[in-house]
Amino acid sequence: MEWRKVADQLFPAGHQVRQDGDLLLGEGHCGERIVAVIGTTNHAEVGVELALAMAAAVIEVIRMHPERPILFLVDTSGQRLRHRDEMLGLNGYMAHLAKCVEMARRWDHPIISLVYEQALSGGFLANGMMADVCASLPEAEIRVMGLPAMARVTRISEERLTQLSVSSPVFAPGAKNYLAMGGLDELWEGDLSACLTKALEHVDATDHRRKRGLERGGRLLADSVVKRVLSSA
Amino acid sequence: MTRSYYESNARARIDALLDADSFHEWLPADARVTSPHLATLELPAAFDDGVVIGRGSIAGKQIFIAAQEGGFMGGAVGEVHGAKIVGVLERAVRDHPAAVLLLLETGGVRLQEANAGLIAVSEVMRAILSARAAGVPVIVAIGGQYGCFGGMGIAARCASTIIMSEEGRLGLSGPEVIETARGVEEYDARDRALVWRTVGGKHRYLLGECDVIVPDSMAAFQQAIIASINNGDAWTLAALEQEHEILSERVQRFGKCKDGRDIWRELGWAEPDAIAMLDNDEFVKAAQGRRAK
Repeated sequence: MEWRKVADQLFPAGHQVRQDGDLLLGEGHCGERIVAVIGTTNHAEVGVELALAMAAAVIEVIRMHPERPILFLVDTSGQRLRHRDEMLGLNGYMAHLAKCVEMARRWDHPIISLVYEQALSGGFLANGMMADVCASLPEAEIRVMGLPAMARVTRISEERLTQLSVSSPVFAPGAKNYLAMGGLDELWEGDLSACLTKALEHVDATDHRRKRGLERGGRLLADSVVKRVLSSA
Repeated sequence: MTRSYYESNARARIDALLDADSFHEWLPADARVTSPHLATLELPAAFDDGVVIGRGSIAGKQIFIAAQEGGFMGGAVGEVHGAKIVGVLERAVRDHPAAVLLLLETGGVRLQEANAGLIAVSEVMRAILSARAAGVPVIVAIGGQYGCFGGMGIAARCASTIIMSEEGRLGLSGPEVIETARGVEEYDARDRALVWRTVGGKHRYLLGECDVIVPDSMAAFQQAIIASINNGDAWTLAALEQEHEILSERVQRFGKCKDGRDIWRELGWAEPDAIAMLDNDEFVKAAQGRRAK
């Protein structure tokens, strides 16, 4: 869905979200609350500049607007695949962004993310996946790698991967698979504004993903492995 | 003790770095905690799923450790592998060891269980930051054959300290990934010198992406780890803002550079090509005042 439509539906009471290149910044009105909006569009490739711009926006919210909720609007085709960005330490910029989000959480900002178009690997790790509540539109595309590329790398035929992906959410793309594995908290359908309001009511700062994965049957081992480590001698 | 860190596997590293007989493994091989997803794909599993975890001591101080095994699927992170590391970090939040030591050697997410791997890396990132927020320093060592890439390259930079050897490599997208996506003109993955100037230990040290650089020996890594254990720096908003300034300045200063050499020249190295020839001590000495940060 186009970001303006998403923003209009999220904030029927009005918003001032603006696009600057691939970057989305602004705020929206959700009931009595003002929500800071930080996002990307155009299936943005996240390079050092974009990661830094998002980090700056997060720091500004922490400094200027105590406890204001932050909503990440996610549309990324992943980290920028350039020699130059790698040379400059793109992983460090992504980590910086992730640290800013974590700091916002520790300063009592509720953090919500909504994948409204695409979310691919590295571009998703540093902001959307750091949220307290990570949501997606059902039609959004979430993945590490498409099945044809995965077939090449793993040398397992695409047919076989397609067949296996029917019964297992573990490698095939798709919001529903991430939901089953606990990587997504919820799918947002219908009244997006109501979804946002509800999410803001039940955020908490604990990472519940492996428990959700277990409850939903998509990721059965992660939770028990962590528990076994915690109870080892 | 001059054994090479680069040439060693995860268990040999733990053995050499920790105090003698101090290592106690959690979920050891005989616990048979393996990846069910690899079995579904009829791929061989490892009884430790490619990461060795446990507790031990270094210079008498209790530490928790996770060591990735590059020899198993390039150290790639799957569901079990990632959950083991998360377990170590969450246990550190509860038990407050002197430090958590992460010996990272990984290409990132294990594609055969891609979604589980990506979520696991995200959980590792959050758990590293939780450990730091609880006052436990998280020390990352990078010096193995596979480097540290993908999401784990991001996770590494969430830690308190990164120790690298010259042979170590740290980045997000590996050279092969970029070459495949953008062509050999963008990044020639077979040009080892180019790769080294882009993601290698010396470049990362000069750029400020790693904190300590050591020669490729167990003794040197051990010494650097001991020196880093007390760096439980308060993880504050002010520190984060300072990092923001540093990273902003880096883009302004080096954003137009085409090659690591251009950056080094800008940092005051009149003969950047000579950097590769310097041994570690000479390099560290010469880098004083010629390092970003």
